[in-house]
Amino acid sequence: MKATGKALKYGNNVDTDVIIPARYLNTSDPSELAKHCMEDIDKDFASKAAKNKNTVMVAGSNFGCGSSREHAPIAIKASGISCIIAATFARIFYRNAINIGLPIMECPDAARDIKENDEVEVDFDTGVISNLTTGNKYDGVPFPGFMQEIIASEGLIGFIRKQASKRL
Amino acid sequence: MGMTMTQKILAGHAGKKEVKAGELIMSSLDMVLGNDITAPVAIREFARIGMDEVFDKAKIALVPDHFTPNKDIKSAEQVKILREFAREKGIINYFEVGQMGIEHALLPEKGLVVPGDAVIGADSHTCTYGALGAFSTGVGSTDMAAGMATGKAWFKVPEAIKFVLKGKPGKWIGGKDIILHIIGMIGVDGALYKSMEFVGEGVHALSMDDRFCMANMAIEAGAKNGIFIVDEKTEQYVHEHSDRDYVVYEADSDAVYSEEHVIDISKIEPTVAFPHLPENTRTVGEAGEVKIDQVVIGSCTNGRIEDLRIAAEVLKGRKVYTDVRCIIIPATQKIWKQAMNEGLFDIFIDAGAAVSTPTCGPCLGGHMGILAKGERAVATTNRNFVGRMGHPESEVYLTGPAVAAASAVAGRITTPDDLD
Repeated sequence: MKATGKALKYGNNVDTDVIIPARYLNTSDPSELAKHCMEDIDKDFASKAAKNKNTVMVAGSNFGCGSSREHAPIAIKASGISCIIAATFARIFYRNAINIGLPIMECPDAARDIKENDEVEVDFDTGVISNLTTGNKYDGVPFPGFMQEIIASEGLIGFIRKQASKRL
Repeated sequence: MGMTMTQKILAGHAGKKEVKAGELIMSSLDMVLGNDITAPVAIREFARIGMDEVFDKAKIALVPDHFTPNKDIKSAEQVKILREFAREKGIINYFEVGQMGIEHALLPEKGLVVPGDAVIGADSHTCTYGALGAFSTGVGSTDMAAGMATGKAWFKVPEAIKFVLKGKPGKWIGGKDIILHIIGMIGVDGALYKSMEFVGEGVHALSMDDRFCMANMAIEAGAKNGIFIVDEKTEQYVHEHSDRDYVVYEADSDAVYSEEHVIDISKIEPTVAFPHLPENTRTVGEAGEVKIDQVVIGSCTNGRIEDLRIAAEVLKGRKVYTDVRCIIIPATQKIWKQAMNEGLFDIFIDAGAAVSTPTCGPCLGGHMGILAKGERAVATTNRNFVGRMGHPESEVYLTGPAVAAASAVAGRITTPDDLD
């Protein structure tokens, strides 16, 4: 499985309150949430993500810190983001992203070097991140098999259902 | 190789004699929690799994506490999803407005978590129950759905950082000052993926309310969980609140820790976290002249009876500064009644403060005290991210209740000792 897209670059400690502010959490409708994704630090996020169809978010350390709201990865996924590359992820966000089938990759070097608007390709089987603009390649850590299967099943629930149907 | 306290609890719940840091395990769960923001998504995902019943009607708690009493039509619809699911599945621990309190103050008070438990909650501050010597951690809605269906969750066994506390806290110093000091020291990702284990004779000098406050903010250092040793105070609390049997786990003497910090809590001064991260800490003495518009005393961090008593001690016979709104929110109905019976509300109201029914409300910018552009609040809550309490250009300064109450009187950040 691969993801490609233009990079949108952010800093350290992007928290779930800026990914999707609590004032919009009276709904869990993905397309409604996507309209307000990242708006407190990047007003144009929704239009940039929509314009480029495939967009990769690149950020520093501790991405997704704060609240456990699954609305945060849901909003990002519904915005059309194909992958998030960060130096590190906060742990609840990490779980939530995998559980809803949003691909993410930890790679401090790539997170540091990739610049806004660079074309990026991520290969989830090998963990290799390629910056197509500069030609640089980085080794991220690929997911273990069962996590790749969860993402390929569009999340944990799809995975559980698939496992259950195999047993029948 | 020895195990940490957290590792021992996880081994016990995975049916294993031993677990090692980094190992993936499947753990049984003693409690699965959700609120009015996270549970509707979990209930939708639960339906997709296709199971008719939850794994245990007594081991699920649904607490509508964030946007309640319902702040608007959409919020009312969300809570309705919880209420109907609870009725349909026969979930015992659903708490309607009137019995409801802020979840992480409510569950220990109702005796629903005891030492040695393994708990997940679709709320990041689920780590609060570590104060009781339980393993508890925040997860998302999908994990909550899987937990409601199977009674299990997968975990990567965490490493731990050991915090050895010594000494006794000074006057006006509480759990909040200590945990802010620690987060300032290690940073908002200083304990990422790890446990924070609090040990040492200094723990005995801390009340249960201090410990709940500290475990609550373990997530603000990125930790998977925060956990305290179990002592006489813990056991007394558990006996007063629960009939359940419990297991006291202790770390092995040869347990391996990734870091160890010795903290003399007698030296900690009143502490404040500046915007927009909980790690931006300074002592109040170093804060300078910070004028404020609002004070919030409440939340799952500092809305307990001791917090209200401290606020009352400071506000007694004084007035809230003219240009400040002071909002006080007891965390549960029991705390509310206790505060009322102790006469604390007379003090608050005479001082010109507003007292609210339990709600998470302003902490996450939901309702009951939202900030306008450019406004500043001192809050006993747990996060001061951009836009957390309202407008993206507003600011939140995190403190304990003593500094918050003193700041309400002075109209700027200060300590009780600096009031006339």
